[in-house]
Amino acid sequence: MEHEAHNPALLHHFADAQQQKNAASLGMWLFLVTEIMFFGGMFCAYLVYRLAHFNAFAAGSQQLSILLGATNTAVLIISSVTVVLAVKAAEAGKRKVLVGYLVVTVLLGMTFLVIKGFEYKEKFEKHHVPGPTFQFTDTFDDNGKQIPVNPKEAELFFSLYFAMTGMHALHMIIGCGLFSVLAVLAWKGHYTPSYFTPIENAGLYWHLVDIIWIYLFPLLYLISRHS
Amino acid sequence: MATIGIPANQAPVSTPKLNYLNNGHTLRSWLLTTDHKRIAILYLISVTFFFFIGGFFAMLIRLELLTPQGDLMQADTYNKVFTMHGMIMVFFFLIPVVPAVLGNFLVPLMIGAKDLAFPRINLLSWYLYIIGGILISHVMLTGGVDTGWTFYTPFSTDYTNTKIVEAGLAVFIAGFSSIFTGLNFIVTIHRMRAPGLTWDRLPLFIWANYATSLIMILGTPVVAITIVLVAVERTFHLGIFDPRLGGDPLLFQHLFWFYSHPAVYIMILPSMGVVSELIACSARKRIFGYKFVALSSVAIAVFGFLVWAHHMFVAGISLYAAMIFSFLSFSVGVPSAVKVFNWTATLYKGSISYATPMLYAFGFIGLFTMGGLTGLMLATIGIDVHVTDTYFVVAHFHYVMVGGVLMGYLGGLHFWWPKMTGRMYPEAWAKLSALLVFVGFNLTFFPQFILGYVGMPRRYWQYPPEFQTLNVMSTAGASILAAGYLLPMIYFVWSLRYGAIVTEPNPWAAAGLEWKTSSPPPTFNFDETPVVTWEAYNYDEIPAWERRHPGAK
Repeated sequence: MEHEAHNPALLHHFADAQQQKNAASLGMWLFLVTEIMFFGGMFCAYLVYRLAHFNAFAAGSQQLSILLGATNTAVLIISSVTVVLAVKAAEAGKRKVLVGYLVVTVLLGMTFLVIKGFEYKEKFEKHHVPGPTFQFTDTFDDNGKQIPVNPKEAELFFSLYFAMTGMHALHMIIGCGLFSVLAVLAWKGHYTPSYFTPIENAGLYWHLVDIIWIYLFPLLYLISRHS
Repeated sequence: MATIGIPANQAPVSTPKLNYLNNGHTLRSWLLTTDHKRIAILYLISVTFFFFIGGFFAMLIRLELLTPQGDLMQADTYNKVFTMHGMIMVFFFLIPVVPAVLGNFLVPLMIGAKDLAFPRINLLSWYLYIIGGILISHVMLTGGVDTGWTFYTPFSTDYTNTKIVEAGLAVFIAGFSSIFTGLNFIVTIHRMRAPGLTWDRLPLFIWANYATSLIMILGTPVVAITIVLVAVERTFHLGIFDPRLGGDPLLFQHLFWFYSHPAVYIMILPSMGVVSELIACSARKRIFGYKFVALSSVAIAVFGFLVWAHHMFVAGISLYAAMIFSFLSFSVGVPSAVKVFNWTATLYKGSISYATPMLYAFGFIGLFTMGGLTGLMLATIGIDVHVTDTYFVVAHFHYVMVGGVLMGYLGGLHFWWPKMTGRMYPEAWAKLSALLVFVGFNLTFFPQFILGYVGMPRRYWQYPPEFQTLNVMSTAGASILAAGYLLPMIYFVWSLRYGAIVTEPNPWAAAGLEWKTSSPPPTFNFDETPVVTWEAYNYDEIPAWERRHPGAK
């Protein structure tokens, strides 16, 4: 076979670099499809229980901090921008700029996780963590009208809150690890304008994790907050 | 690479040609291989191991049911035995078997590629399978699980004190093995086809694996998250499926069957692909209605996602939902019937050989048709209400899973054995084993249709004495079936050393790119990337005199 000897990143079983890039890109998109199905199961559970126990879900939602949630949303959107800029820098072959944006992305991801940690801490303090110690005495404030809710149903809201944001946070941690490795490799000069597929694919992953949060934020934080 | 595989009747060179088997002999060269053919062999060994473990549990079940009393084991033990039988057979044998063994070996060969698109992810799939397998073995040896393979809540989350979390983790990990295999196949089939190999020239085995892979990547993540939710519910006492906490056990069943019904198509579709290959070759004809057979695989994959609630007709879903799911379940019968009719139409005026692979293909058509037709009976709400949770259901899905999947797998294994090993299996013994499997299978499972219809429930370790005759027949059949499965195990291993050496690339005179390289193939499959200028199954262009049956005479 005609190997392009100048490109050490080309694996033996591909005919050329373009085929390899196309394969990697399609593989990543398919992986994102599996991620959507993975979260889809939880979104489905959320939908079913929100319809069944709306008042409890609204009461639970009102106990979440919009300020922290919105801040985290902003942090993630900015991190998506830095990822795009990192891919641009890789395309242009600007190694230091690339490393810079990758590091900023990791730092933004960590900021998100730290803020999330403070939110979780507050849930522990208020006994809003499902389990034997769970307590919920709040009501659903429907435009000033106080509607009492079944604490068991509120517990269900918080079960889903922890399951969904926890799974999302796990994906953020994996993403931070991924970008840290890529930053080191980029620093060592692994990526050239003709080969930066890992940066692109990790970027796709990061965008997906962002988008999942974009859905989680209104679904969990903004139920019936129209007063 | 020394020789070129294309000229069929060249005398073998005196020095052994470098192939994927003799290219490195160390354990390390196997355990760290990224060669899809070696990974297929690793899978072959590991799924065979789990098949015999699962079969061992099946024999325990049949022995217990030999008599009406519970004399071999306690009820609790029996619950664990049928659970482990189901979990191991479903997640560690039936789901991976054809894609991971035959698919892994053949997909790159059939499309003229050097390897799958992601060889290292392919190896990772095998390691995930093994980690899952070790975990399930650990569960098995330290107490087992008693929920049935379905993990139904709230029993699994609140009541049982068996090892649900560990078993769930095992299934979760094995699930990711399956996701990565599916992802690898789809990318490979899209991006790695040889020049000229257009979609309408692809072998039907490739179409079948493509459809299977679609189900794998769309369905498996859902069961993965469902099992995660069960595990966290048990561990942290969340209330997602617990009715006392406002949760809904039916939601679990919906999420579980959203994957686990399509999963039966993960099992059967690749075997259908195998049968298409076997029938075309054994009848020496182009497959009848190629496009319909190809697209029926995709149709089964799509329809398969719309029928899951037929497992829940008596679970408390609404009548209207049940009617819609009943109707949709009937519609899966259409693409399945397209396949069966087209296979039989292919045989019409074909020059049919009765070598072992074809015997298995015949077995597949007959038994799968039985399984499929009883499936239509079960899709009828009225009948389903009558026979839910009886042996009728057990017999139905064994006709599809064992009569279908296993027949296809064994047929394919015999057919491609000379390609995989360079040796021929002993034809007479193979025919005997095909006969034993067919007879044993029917004797095991046909009586179960009757048992179920007259009301014997599944998952009980005792039964009224009037059911004994049929149960004795079933156990006797299972013993014959076991002999039918042990026999290939023995003669395949025997053939590795003593089987007739296959010196030519194409001992069956079959169409398909996998036969155009040497047997066994070199590490990178083809010395030169083939260029395809012909349609699939061009048997009218392969001379009749070339037809050979090694080992048959």
